[in-house]
Order: sequence, then C-alpha cells, then structure tokens
Amino acid sequence: MRGIAYVLTALFVFGLAFWAYRENYATQQVLKETRALQHDIGAAQVRLGVLRAEWAYLNRPDRLTELAELNFDRLGLLPLRPDQFGRIDEVSYPPEPLLPITNPVDVSSMAAGEEQP
Amino acid sequence: MTRTPLRPLARILPARAKGENPDAIERENIRQRHAEMQDRARVRAESRLLVLGLFFFCAFTVVGGRMGLMAISEPEEPVASVHGAAIAAQRADITDRHGRILATNFETHSLYAQPPELIDPLAAARGLVKIFPDLDEERLVKDFTGKRKFVWIKKRISPEQKQAVHDLGDPGLLFGPREMRLYPNGKLAAHVLGGAGFGREGVNAAEVIGVAGVEKQFDDYLRDPANGAHPLALSIDLTVQAAAEQVLAGGMKLMNAKGASAILMDVHTGEVVSAVSLPDFDPNDRPRPPVSGDPSDSPLFNRAVQGVYELGSTFKIFTAAQALDLGIVSPETIIDTSGPMRISGYPIGEFHNKNYGKLSVTDVIMHSSNRGTGRIALEIGPERQKAFLGALGMFDPTPFEIVEARGAQPLLPERWTELSTVTISYGHGLSTSPMHLAAGYAAIANGGHYVSPTILKQTGPQHGPRVLSDQAAASARMMLRKVVTDGTASFGEVPGYAVGGKTGTADKPRPQGGYYEDKVIATFASIFPSHDPKYVLIVTLDEPSIQAYDEERRTAGWTAVPVAAELIGRVAPLLGLRPDVEPTPRAAITLTSN
Repeated sequence: MRGIAYVLTALFVFGLAFWAYRENYATQQVLKETRALQHDIGAAQVRLGVLRAEWAYLNRPDRLTELAELNFDRLGLLPLRPDQFGRIDEVSYPPEPLLPITNPVDVSSMAAGEEQP
Repeated sequence: MTRTPLRPLARILPARAKGENPDAIERENIRQRHAEMQDRARVRAESRLLVLGLFFFCAFTVVGGRMGLMAISEPEEPVASVHGAAIAAQRADITDRHGRILATNFETHSLYAQPPELIDPLAAARGLVKIFPDLDEERLVKDFTGKRKFVWIKKRISPEQKQAVHDLGDPGLLFGPREMRLYPNGKLAAHVLGGAGFGREGVNAAEVIGVAGVEKQFDDYLRDPANGAHPLALSIDLTVQAAAEQVLAGGMKLMNAKGASAILMDVHTGEVVSAVSLPDFDPNDRPRPPVSGDPSDSPLFNRAVQGVYELGSTFKIFTAAQALDLGIVSPETIIDTSGPMRISGYPIGEFHNKNYGKLSVTDVIMHSSNRGTGRIALEIGPERQKAFLGALGMFDPTPFEIVEARGAQPLLPERWTELSTVTISYGHGLSTSPMHLAAGYAAIANGGHYVSPTILKQTGPQHGPRVLSDQAAASARMMLRKVVTDGTASFGEVPGYAVGGKTGTADKPRPQGGYYEDKVIATFASIFPSHDPKYVLIVTLDEPSIQAYDEERRTAGWTAVPVAAELIGRVAPLLGLRPDVEPTPRAAITLTSN
C-alpha cells in the first residue's frame, strides 16, 4: 500500500514538473508574440501618425484655397457669405404627384369624322 | 513520561520512622517537578523564538535582496501589460477645437560622423556638400581629417536625403533617430503655437521641448508620456483662424499698416477662437529672436498678446458702463462737453478741436468726446475707476495660457491723479494688450461677468465675478450699437449681424518720449450680434494710413473698422451664426392708472 503511494506521488511530481516545463515555454512563447505584436502596434502607430500628419498637411487651408482657385471653372467655390444662409420655409414643397388617369376623355375633334362616316 | 509520585511510600515510611515531617518530602518533590516544568517551557519558548527569528531573517533577506536586485537591474518596458501599447514615447499632439491637427510629431533622422571610421574623408565631404549645399566643404574636411572622434552634421534630414547619404556608402557616416515637431498648417496660428526645438541631445534620441507659445506653456503636459494619446485641444478653430489671417493680411496691405492683430473671443466661455498677429512666421522653421532693433518689429512678436499699447477711445465705454452701473448717469443724461477744460494745468481737447456742446451720454460715446468722458470719470472718481478697471483685469497680465501673455504687464501711471482719471477714461495713460481689451468687452457683452480669456477648449460658460449690473451692460451694448449705426464706426455695419463697437485711435509713443504726429494705433473693439452678443472681435492696425477723399486718413473709423467688418462678414458664417433681423425696441407702452 505504501509502495503504491510512493509511486503515485513520484508520478504526480513528474507530472507537475512536466506541466511546469510546458507552461514555462508556453509563457515565453506568448511573451515573444506579445513583443512582436507590441512592435507591430508601435510601427502601425508611427505609420498612423505619419498618415494623420499627411492628411493634415494635404488639408491645410492654404492648399485648399489654392485648389479652389485653380478649379474655379469646374467647382465655382467661393468663401461662405452671410447671404447664403437660407431658411427652411424658403424651400418649396415638392409638387404633388398627378392623380392616375382612369377614364381618358378624347377631346380632339380630329377623329370625329372617321367614326361616323 | 513516567510520573513520580509526590509522596513515595518508600521515602515516607522511613521518614515517619525517624520522626521527620513527611510533608517536607512532598514539598521537595513539588519543587523539583516545577523546576522540570520550567526547564521544558523555557526550551520550548527558546526554540519558538529561534524559528520566529529565522523566519523574520529570511523574510527581510528576501525583501532586501529584491530591493537590491530591482535597484541594480536595467529598467524594462512591461511586455505583458495591457497598457503598454497606449504609451507612446512621443510629445502629445495639439489639435484645434474640432480635433484637426495643429502640431504633431514626425520621425526623421539625424546625421553624424565618426571620422576615425571614415574610409575616404575627402570623398565623403564632397558627397555631403552635393547633398546638402548649405554645408561648408572646407570645414567638413577639417573636421573629418582632424582629431575629432565625433561630428554632428545635420540635426534633421528627410528620408530622401538619408537615402542619398546612405548611397555614399561610407561606414563613418551614421544616422540617429530623431523625432521632430511638425506644424502641418505652416504659418497658421504660428504665434499661438510658438514652436519647439531640441533640448538635450544624444545619438539615439533628443528631447523635444517647447520654446514659445502653447508649446512652452504646456510643455510638462505635452511631454508626459501618459498623455501621448491625449492631444491638447485648443479653443482655436482652424477654419476661422485661416479666414481671419487671410482677411487681416489683405486689410493690412490695403491700409498700408506695418502690423495688425485680431482677437476673436467667445463672450460666454472666454474661448479665443482666433488670435492673429501679423507679420507672422513659420513655426516649422522658427526664426531666431532679433538681437538688435525694436523687438516689436520682429515677426516673432505677438501683437495680440504681447503688444502693450494705449488703446485710445475704446476705453470710453468702460467709463460710461461704470457710470451707468453706479447710477451716476442714465443713457439720456446731458453732459456738457464744451471747452475749455483744464485738469491740473493740462488742457483736455477733442479730436480736430471740435466742440460738441451739450450731449447725452449715448452721444458722448457715439461722437467719442474726450471732454464728455472725462467729466463722467471725474464724477466716478479715481478710487472707483481704479477698482473697476482692476476688476476687469486691466492691471495684471492676462491669464491667457501662452507664455508670452505673462510678460504683457500693463503700464499704469505711478500715481493715479485726477489727470490720470480723466486721460484713462478715454484710453490714454494706461497701456494694455488687445487681449485685455477683449476680456473687458466680453464682460460688457455677456451681461456683466468677467471672463478670463483662455486658449483651451471649454465645456461650458464661465461664471466669473460680476463686475457690472445686467442693466448697465445692456445700456452699454446699446451705445456700442449706436456707434456703428450713427457714429464713428459707420463702416462697421454688416447686414444681419448687428455689429456694435467702439473705435480708438491712439498716437504711438516715441521711444525717447512724447508722441509721433503721424503714427497711430487704430483699434476697433466690437461685439456681435449686439442684441445677443456671442463674440468679441478686436482688430488693431499698427501705423495704418490711407488716402480717401483727397485726405490722408489714419483714424480707426477709416482703417480698422472696414477691416473688422470684412472679417465679421467672413467668419460669422463659419462660426454658424445666421444673419438675423435686429429686434427693434418695443413700442413704448405707458402704464396709466385706471
């Protein structure tokens, strides 16, 4: 009985050692992946920063003004003026749709002679 | 454990036989037993103390050892932490009120050389000069062939230049990473942003530090790595700022002025939506501060905040508002503005020596009468005038959060005499920056609360201390409106925006004392829309002069006012202000008794 207990304990210790060994390597692997991911995130953030800066640079008011002036023929953009504000009641309602014609009446007299020869 | 009896028969019987007391034997045994028990207890306690001591020794050793290890180990970024990614070792961005970038960072490289490693120093120097024409070849050759072990060549180079240097193929030319501050909008809001430069420099990194403006004021916040992902949101609106700069630059050219400034401020929150000072500069390539000449001629000089001038008649409304607040006058009270008027021996005159005769307070402001305002100020008295202007923040640098504002200390008279009271009532003898004026006008515009101008985006209105009653502020606004409709600022009318304001033309002081005859500072301080003011606009032109109707005109009514009107017409729609019909005063209904 005692022998079995010793053997079982030894096996249990072996199992624990194996588990710890595996966990150790798994942790190291995860840390390595994390480091790589962190690196990727850092690189992505730098790229994002550059893109944001470029977006801001391309949208700088000086350039937009110049572009609006260059393309005035096509776009006709002018600075916003106070008189361009409208009011909601200045917008007309869409015209009401025509009612469907169910009983057409022929009002032309062109065919009058043909029907009664 | 065998227990020895206390009265062993073997010893009792002989003792009895000898006639001794057997109790003595019992006591002896009890004593022995107690001694044994004591010995055992001591041994046990000693072993316990030993174990406990050992335990504490181990614990302290572990703690001490850990501390020592932590102290000698290299700092390391936590790899597995969730927050690791959010911390960017960068200076935080600066954005406008809608989150558009005003300042950000850019990764570039610096170029340095280690001459001992250079294979062909002469060829390297020749190649470098070809890439960077501003370098001096002779100097490079001297550095490369001399005894130096390390030479900085360029602090910042572009990727193309880096590639070109790389293609030279000399192992002695090396690159270090550099973070640089980038202002993608160029000159826009240059004075507000200021600029940044390198602090301590190493091969692998360099400190980016703010050198002026917001960059310097909030340097600690911007440099804190924890704030890397939280940009600093300013109250500036990029679009409005760009439009204001464009209009003001045009106005400055038309009016032949050598400088100009404009401040647009929200009267409730104190947010400065736009602050322009011309001429300006590019913060990406900040010029060096001038070493000679007048510092105010440098483009680095922020006229809106640093320029301390006598702002002239724009101050008259403060006198009128205070008199209304104190109940000394009503808008209809008649003031005698006829001359001559002498205070402490100094004559007080009017513009072009006019004589307006008897005027109501409203008309005194409308015609900008010096004598009228002076007489009102005499009624108020020096103490109360001083207290009121102090409450409007006219005696201290403005709390505006850019570094330059701290230096703008208003110039006050040493002794506040009766003469000072009169001259200050119409804006002479007290020099303030346009930002001070904006804060003062904001108090009139928002119904009497002092607001401190701020460059940071706010979430709600400020509730500053009350400096004026609501009624006095409303009457003062009506007077300001009258100045535009019937008075000196008639060019300031912008249909739909009910502009109200006050002009001010002050002679520029000579550096050697006295005033110039032909150089003025023209100011127009305005609020719009005057029936429900949202914004204050201060436009200042430095030395404007135009020819109109065969006469040289320098007064603000001819110079600053048209520029301000154009500015309002341009920026008000951008601020989302719809042109509105001004409410007419209600028909007078008199309550009669029945």
